[in-house]
Amino acid sequence: MLEFRKDLFADERDDNLNVIGKGEQRQDMLGHVTGRTRFFDDHGFEGLLHLKVVRSPHHHARIRSIDVSAAERAPGVKRVIRAQDVPVNKNTLLSLIGFGKDDEPTLAVDKVRYKGEPIVAVIADSDAEAMAAVKLVRVGYDPLPAVFDVQEALKPGAVVVNETYPGNYFEYHDKYDHQKLRFGDVEAAFRTADHVLEERYQMSPIEHASTETNGTIAAPETNDRYVVHSCAQGLFFSLGTTAKILALESNRLHFIGGTVGGGFGGKVDSLTEPLAVLGAILTGRPVRYVLGREEEMQFGSPRGAERHVIKDGVMRDGRIVARQITSYFDAGAYTRLSSYGVVKCVAHMPGPYTIPNVRGDAYCVFTNRVPATAMRGFGVTGLDFSIEVQMDKLAHLVGIDPMEFRILNAYRDGDMKAHRRVAHNTALIECVQVAAQKVNWPLSETARRASSLSGGGGPRAAIPPTVTDESGRIGRPETRQAPPQLTPGAAPLPAYQTPPAVPIYQPPPAHQPVAPLPNYPSQPAAATPPPAPVPPVPAPPAAPQHGAARFSSVFTRRR
Amino acid sequence: MARMPVQFRLNGSDRAVFVEPAETLLGTIRRGLGDFAPKFGCGQGTCGVCTVLVDGEPRLGCLTLSVTCEGRSIETASGLADGPTLHPLQAAFMEHFAAQCGFCTPGMLMAAKALLDRNPNPTRIEVVEAIAGNICRCTGYEPIINAILAAAQQRGARRA
Repeated sequence: MLEFRKDLFADERDDNLNVIGKGEQRQDMLGHVTGRTRFFDDHGFEGLLHLKVVRSPHHHARIRSIDVSAAERAPGVKRVIRAQDVPVNKNTLLSLIGFGKDDEPTLAVDKVRYKGEPIVAVIADSDAEAMAAVKLVRVGYDPLPAVFDVQEALKPGAVVVNETYPGNYFEYHDKYDHQKLRFGDVEAAFRTADHVLEERYQMSPIEHASTETNGTIAAPETNDRYVVHSCAQGLFFSLGTTAKILALESNRLHFIGGTVGGGFGGKVDSLTEPLAVLGAILTGRPVRYVLGREEEMQFGSPRGAERHVIKDGVMRDGRIVARQITSYFDAGAYTRLSSYGVVKCVAHMPGPYTIPNVRGDAYCVFTNRVPATAMRGFGVTGLDFSIEVQMDKLAHLVGIDPMEFRILNAYRDGDMKAHRRVAHNTALIECVQVAAQKVNWPLSETARRASSLSGGGGPRAAIPPTVTDESGRIGRPETRQAPPQLTPGAAPLPAYQTPPAVPIYQPPPAHQPVAPLPNYPSQPAAATPPPAPVPPVPAPPAAPQHGAARFSSVFTRRR
Repeated sequence: MARMPVQFRLNGSDRAVFVEPAETLLGTIRRGLGDFAPKFGCGQGTCGVCTVLVDGEPRLGCLTLSVTCEGRSIETASGLADGPTLHPLQAAFMEHFAAQCGFCTPGMLMAAKALLDRNPNPTRIEVVEAIAGNICRCTGYEPIINAILAAAQQRGARRA
């Protein structure tokens, strides 16, 4: 928990804390409106050279030969950089915090693993000359079969995308082929649930499309240092990455930046810094390496594709008693930050709800697609979309208003989360109440009186006896579908978990909206009351339902 | 190919440069003359961050050849302020939080200036149309529209 130490620096700080709720001018706004703000590309250098990159036209291919002789002789070309010129030509971004194995070359060596992977860099006097010379580089390829689907990539015998991870999955804790979450016993709870609903959700990759593309200008500075005007969102992260790849002491790099023309997660990968600095080292001149818009869209990392299969057990009264989530994250050909997104995803399961039995299995999968990276809440956003669509379906299944259904199952202060952290400062109930109020959505008296501050904790703070298993051991794909085993010595499981201590749903009285909402043309006529909740379905469905939902087609049932 | 001489006025100052025949106005202003206010975003006229005024009309700097600007008057966001006094649009953008990363701002300001110069009292729809070619990925467009309307109102008040 955050501790507020008012005794520290007490005489150096105005302690009135009176800023919230007031307009405060930003320190960088004057620069923005006068055009004086300097982004990485807004720096002039005498003798500036331009770097362009030869990219793979294949999704997956062995490199047979590379011939740069014609490019080296082309007009204006000052230097051609090949893989062997890169001092440490294998890196993974999170190696700076000791997470994951080096798996991505700055310039491809023997193989290309996605369409657009850089192979050779050309530095010339002008952009146009560099682009012309790039076309003169001859690369011989032996195309290889490619894999584009996460579940196909996990099958035994699938094409190996990235030899650092021969099973096409990121390896967690040196032990498992995915990140696991076990809390209680979902199988036992499914057996006692009134309904079980299984659905599949998926999301395409999303490009950040910042108005400024990725890029860097690097130039020799005094004292044998290099100044680096960088677009990086994490400047020191990029500095560390560049120093590692170029085998330089980091104090020889003078990074200037932090003024980013839109990042949203798309400028954390150090896509351009290492090659620009290497170019400045090799030519002794300032080198500018900027992605064009097509490169940014096609080859700059997007938010990766996700697929989530959610299976829920729910009681007739609306309590969710078990949630099982299997998630597949498409990392593309290299790890970048996807491995970390998966950890965040699992920590977020089962969403902002208190569910006594949770099982999560999340895979970070390598495919022959563009490597994925960070973007606004990555790891959580796609899962939340899936969970909330699932919540609507569950509410419909048990015949409870979707807002009431969320309040009924919401986590509250003091509840134990599935990843074994006690929930603090929860506010889902209050958010739903405010949202309902804003759109004149009728809530029952019990839902209106509910609070995140009461009803939590107590039995809801307990970690239940938990079934663990050894499924998904590295190199043993056959264990993935193995049934869970009761861990020897674990306490016997109760047949049914204690119901959460929340008021049971009462249907609201017939409700007349106060007034039609302004500026909301699609709102139905004010006289039309919302449909009464459907009574609970008496029998559980014969079999779990399967299906896929996409962003564009989920809101089919609206009132 | 031989470079060609071009003369034009940039933010009120006469400038003369040699340009490549295929050089864009954006490239000439930025790398040739060192005014980095207009930005490069897409290079194909879809994002509007390169918007400058040519004889008062908004133009995409990335799609305008420098050689076509002989004798013209070019305005960029660098020339908006009158000495230390901000243009009403600049003041309104600051007041209304109409920028976040700031990358689209110079182009947005020039598109807005072209509108207000020919139509001092635009409707909201006219403002939306005037900046329809300028993409912002951060703040959303509402604060920008509000800022432009506020600037128009303030200018009107000053004239009255």
